Amino acid sequence: MDSLIRVENLIQEFPVKQGILDSYKIKGNKLVREKKAVHAVNGVTFEVYPGEAFSLVGESGCGKSTTAKTIIRLLNPVSGHIYYRDQDISQLKAGQMLPYRKKMQMIFQDPYASLDPQKTIKNIIMEPMLFHKTAKTKEEAEEKCMELLQKVGLRPEQASRYPHQFSGGQRQRIGIARALAVEPEFIIADEPVSALDVSIQAQILNLMMDLKDEYGFSYLFIAHDLSVVRHISDRLGVMYLGCIVELGSKKDVFENVAHPYTKLLFSAVPTVGEEPIVPPVKLEGEIPNPINLPSGCVFHDRCPDCREICKTIRPQLKEIAPGHKVACHLFE
Amino acid sequence: MGERLLEVEDLKTYFHTFGGVVKAVDGISFHLDKGEILGIVGESGSGKSVSCFSLLKLVEEPGVVQARKISFQGRDLTKATEKEMTKVRGKDIAMVFQDPMTSLNPLYTVGKQIEEMLILHESGMNKEQRKERCIELLKAVGIPNPEQRLKDYPHQFSGGMRQRVVIAIALAANPKLIIADEPTTALDVTIQAQILKLMKQLVRERNASLILITHDLAVVSEMVDRIVVMYCGKIVEQGPVEEIIHNPGHPYTEGLLASIPRLRKEQNRLDFIPGMVPNMYDLPKGCLFAPRCKYCQEVCKNTMPAMEEIGKDHKAACYFTQNLRQSKDCRKEG
Repeated sequence: MDSLIRVENLIQEFPVKQGILDSYKIKGNKLVREKKAVHAVNGVTFEVYPGEAFSLVGESGCGKSTTAKTIIRLLNPVSGHIYYRDQDISQLKAGQMLPYRKKMQMIFQDPYASLDPQKTIKNIIMEPMLFHKTAKTKEEAEEKCMELLQKVGLRPEQASRYPHQFSGGQRQRIGIARALAVEPEFIIADEPVSALDVSIQAQILNLMMDLKDEYGFSYLFIAHDLSVVRHISDRLGVMYLGCIVELGSKKDVFENVAHPYTKLLFSAVPTVGEEPIVPPVKLEGEIPNPINLPSGCVFHDRCPDCREICKTIRPQLKEIAPGHKVACHLFE
Repeated sequence: MGERLLEVEDLKTYFHTFGGVVKAVDGISFHLDKGEILGIVGESGSGKSVSCFSLLKLVEEPGVVQARKISFQGRDLTKATEKEMTKVRGKDIAMVFQDPMTSLNPLYTVGKQIEEMLILHESGMNKEQRKERCIELLKAVGIPNPEQRLKDYPHQFSGGMRQRVVIAIALAANPKLIIADEPTTALDVTIQAQILKLMKQLVRERNASLILITHDLAVVSEMVDRIVVMYCGKIVEQGPVEEIIHNPGHPYTEGLLASIPRLRKEQNRLDFIPGMVPNMYDLPKGCLFAPRCKYCQEVCKNTMPAMEEIGKDHKAACYFTQNLRQSKDCRKEG
């Protein structure tokens, strides 16, 4: 099957401001100027197929949101390619990006910060339609807007209200309606439920699944909550320090946990009266600083099965079963 | 379990605002034994934090705290003056707050901040002893090379490490009770697991008690001995953790449990609680959960159900606990 989005070797860095004296270092009798940078995404490769929900999971600071923002070109990639149906969009100019913006939409984490407080929700939802000309006239846009509101579970008579008059869960529904307004093929949802209460989370997740079934678009789902990921995604990638360490279908990853970091992550999830998915792993240490990445495998200093080779050579993603890829020397 | 440490009866915290009276906590009663870990669970706005602030009299204007009884180690805290309360806070009852970024002072080294507790509550110690104790505390909470880190400022620590410092401060004066208000919500799962394990171990070692306030039923089910479930300022259910998780007696608890996505189970749709938490200015007349409840009947809409014993040490405020359990059994068999 042809992929909808293909990301190849994506690298994203953010330069660190430093004084001129700090930037010079002596290396082998020579004075060299070295630029420091936060290495947020270090060579990420994955695909999202039409109609599927792909999740990126990981702890904060692992680069999952940066990856998403780079794909949708809110950030320009340092290197690497992003293909949208075979068209490389990684170097397109703002004007050239416009038709793709219509096809790719985003749902943000914080429903309080992502809606303009000065606009009524009708205007919030109509604006993208009129801008991208998915509705020819204002009347048509209004009609579509009411339809969308009903789809996401809000009443049409609430359309002329302002965002502050809604609760967190309702605001997230408005955010979803806005993303749907231009009939996208690809939706990036960046932690869409982590700011919501448990009982509301379930409502929003169900809504997102129903809409996907109805419209047939694809999701790139960014989350840190493994149980939510298990629920919503078809395939997933586990990220650590800007690298994907394990990638595969939900079944592969959840039932056949391979990478030591994935094991660590899974064993840390608290469960309600359930047997844990993997036997408890000794938890130690924290994510290293992304300015000075560890040599070799990024996970080697926390890994219980670390070997000599892990300290020097970075493992590449390798297939251990059809569709199930792991970046670890233990599987070579 | 042994001795009663804390007994709260009919605690009410009302906020008198221009928009009307908000009954943030409305007549709750619970107790805590020595060495016990109690979890208070509820959604945002259910009054779980306010009820614990009320215990320590940390509620500010326009809030008013009333209680028939708040007895801590046999002492009545309702009658304690502000001066007496400052001796209780930190010394007998310590708090760990949600956000380690804001609960530490950025202008002082962490050593100074731990020492402050010792100066206030352990007046017999001299400077050397205090330093030693600070190092000991940092070591206990698992911070590597504590001698060096005492001189560091909060911004030099990561989120997880900062929360460890906050726990060290809370432990400094050997409190009998620690109240932890969402201590791990701001942290990552792997760090959360470390911190929770550490807290449990430290509390058990020192034979202290812990009240863990959280919205996360999964965290609670792994940590605590007993659970109190709150909804809109009232306790709807309380009992031993196993009972509540496997045999809930209140529809709200049942709904909360059902809406958690499970790691092991393949589910297409999640069960959810319809509707949302009612406006605190305009609460329903009868049972507060009635508008969202699937077992709701006429009587629920008119009169508030009282807390009733439904099992050993297990209480719930619902008229139809029987129906709920029957339908659960049916589902199991079916």
